Amino acid sequence: MAKMMYRDAVRSTIFEAMERDERVVVLGEDVVGGMGTAGGPEAIGGIWSTSTGFYDAFGPDRVIDTPISESAIVGAAGGLALAGKKPIAELMFADFIGVSLDQIWNQIAKFRYMFGGKSTCPAIIRMAYGGGFNAAAQHSQSVHHFLTAMPGLKVVMPSTPEDVRGLLREALRGDDPVIFLEHKALYGVTGEVPDGDWTIPFGHARLTRAGQDLTLVATGLMVSRCEAAADALAKDGIGCDVIDLRTTSPMDEEAILDSVEVTGRLVVVDEAPQRCSLATDISALVAQKAFASLKAPIEMVTAPHSPVPFALELEQAYLPSAAKIEAAARKVLGYR
Amino acid sequence: MQLSREQMLQAYRRMKIIREFEERLHIDIATGAIAGFTHLYCGQEAVAVGVCEHLDTDDKIVSTHRGHGHCLAKGCDVDGMMKEIWGSREGLCKGKGGSMHIADVDVGMLGANGIVGAGAPIAVGAALAAKLDGKGKVAITFSGDGACNQGTTFEAMNMAVVTKAPCIFVFENNHYSEHTGFEYAVGTQQDIASRAEAFGMRVWRADGTDFFAVHETMRELLEYVRAGNGPAAVEFDTERFFGHFEGDPQRYRGEGELDRIRETRDCLKKFRASVVSAKVLTDADLDTIDAEVLDQIEAAVVAARAAPRPTSEDVLADVYVAY
Ligand SMILES: Cc1ncc(C[n+]2csc(CCOP(=O)(O)OP(=O)(O)O)c2C)c(N)n1
Ligand SMILES: [Mg+2]
Repeated sequence: MAKMMYRDAVRSTIFEAMERDERVVVLGEDVVGGMGTAGGPEAIGGIWSTSTGFYDAFGPDRVIDTPISESAIVGAAGGLALAGKKPIAELMFADFIGVSLDQIWNQIAKFRYMFGGKSTCPAIIRMAYGGGFNAAAQHSQSVHHFLTAMPGLKVVMPSTPEDVRGLLREALRGDDPVIFLEHKALYGVTGEVPDGDWTIPFGHARLTRAGQDLTLVATGLMVSRCEAAADALAKDGIGCDVIDLRTTSPMDEEAILDSVEVTGRLVVVDEAPQRCSLATDISALVAQKAFASLKAPIEMVTAPHSPVPFALELEQAYLPSAAKIEAAARKVLGYR
Repeated sequence: MQLSREQMLQAYRRMKIIREFEERLHIDIATGAIAGFTHLYCGQEAVAVGVCEHLDTDDKIVSTHRGHGHCLAKGCDVDGMMKEIWGSREGLCKGKGGSMHIADVDVGMLGANGIVGAGAPIAVGAALAAKLDGKGKVAITFSGDGACNQGTTFEAMNMAVVTKAPCIFVFENNHYSEHTGFEYAVGTQQDIASRAEAFGMRVWRADGTDFFAVHETMRELLEYVRAGNGPAAVEFDTERFFGHFEGDPQRYRGEGELDRIRETRDCLKKFRASVVSAKVLTDADLDTIDAEVLDQIEAAVVAARAAPRPTSEDVLADVYVAY
């Protein structure tokens, strides 16, 4: 068992994979940093410090510092993967996915299907997502909802250092393209990471709090906000299941349905705006498959239908908070 | 072309406003008074001002994440910008955009931009609109040495050539994209303008720390573009005095590099030296402006601190015109 930060879990898991498997290649902007400068390579080691030391250990052929060219970065990851390598591309901010969307959506996600199952494209595309830094409309977004909607992609949203380790290993072990979403606010979070060679299979949610009265479902940073709300409710004797989905594609439907069958009350929390979101997706699932168990209308705590605003007060109002989750929970609990 | 005394005083004042605006932000960001990601333009003032002094409000510019200088040079209100960066609802963008998204279409400033390389295609569109209007107006996109590697920039250059759009690609080569040196990331090595040339447009190059060189280059270039010859590009060699973003430890810099560029490549110092030695302006003329600008920036900060904050009701405003 080792205590480590979320960002170190990312770094050490990739490092270990590169040691074990020569096919693993890392590419992205500033993943080395300092290339072509007086300070020299490794002057930064990735803007999230998730590739520090890689260049010295594995050299320029496997740690590829790229120009600002997201379309080419993601496309090259696709090509590397089709040609037998295991690329891990870093997009820095999830928002920059817009520049490279064709390569993800029309290329990487679809190769295997279009080619009649004859190819694999085990590209991992990592990116930092999410709000809370007053970074405004182009550096704060959540992107999981529309990526989850794309057949062919697996979408992973670890909320703890342990899950980073297990889910990243699982991504590396598999042969499908994986979108790996790291919340910016989690990089500095510390947690225990067990030793040994283990993984976390995709599509297996984690129950982080157990209770009989209400089900809270979330991913990424929203998990800890649900836990805070659940802990506040626990003081009033209200027990919540908090379900961390871990992956949104595939998604652990059973975990959600099993819980709602017991509690009959559901609050879904999603950092993205509500329309066509993970929140509406889960609500539809429960409405369809657990209708008889429901004792109250489902509540969704999401961002409003707007871009992410800059100013402190606006962003606070925009993001789901523990207080908003608690309020939604009390509303559902108070129904009839 | 010889500038008049008034033109010189105005150009100096504009550069000085940018300088002091940024130096002050550097201080207020360090104390935590200002939130968000801020990229300071300090060091590159001669480019923004040398370009924009030739423009009127019907000429358009499109800027970058390092946009404060372009905004100020194009005529965005100092108080409105300061309030925006402080996140006030009285800011130029009502606190919705912040440093990376300052815009004021009323003065022809079509936005700073958080997406590197996003500006060039937008400028092509604005240039095509200017061509349709037929009044000899232009659109200018500012791009860094990093942004010049983005596919969007390539596409925009080719499309501007093909459509003969009065679009001007201003490349500000400050030698770094984030933490990476341009000698590594720009495959043509030491040169961005030749890329634009390869797309089929006429190019210029000049020292971006010399206001007079920038101004004269742009005079020539604009004459060419306004005459209907299609797009053009220019590469200015320049320096950024601060980190990529506020908080950047700048380990990529060489020893003494910051002191050296502040000493030898400071566009304001160079401007002063040249006008004073040519006896067209005096130190006293410039000192007066320095003092006035410092007061103006102080007043802008005082106003921004006191300005009203946005509330949760403002979140959903302006997503659409009508919904
Ligand atoms: C599409 C996209 N990719 C990456 C980034 C992150 N980023 C912001 S600024 C920057 C470097 C830009 O360098 P350059 O164009 O030279 O401009 P400078 O910062 O020197 O003004 C990078 C990589 C971004 N904002 N958008
Ligand atoms: Mg640059």
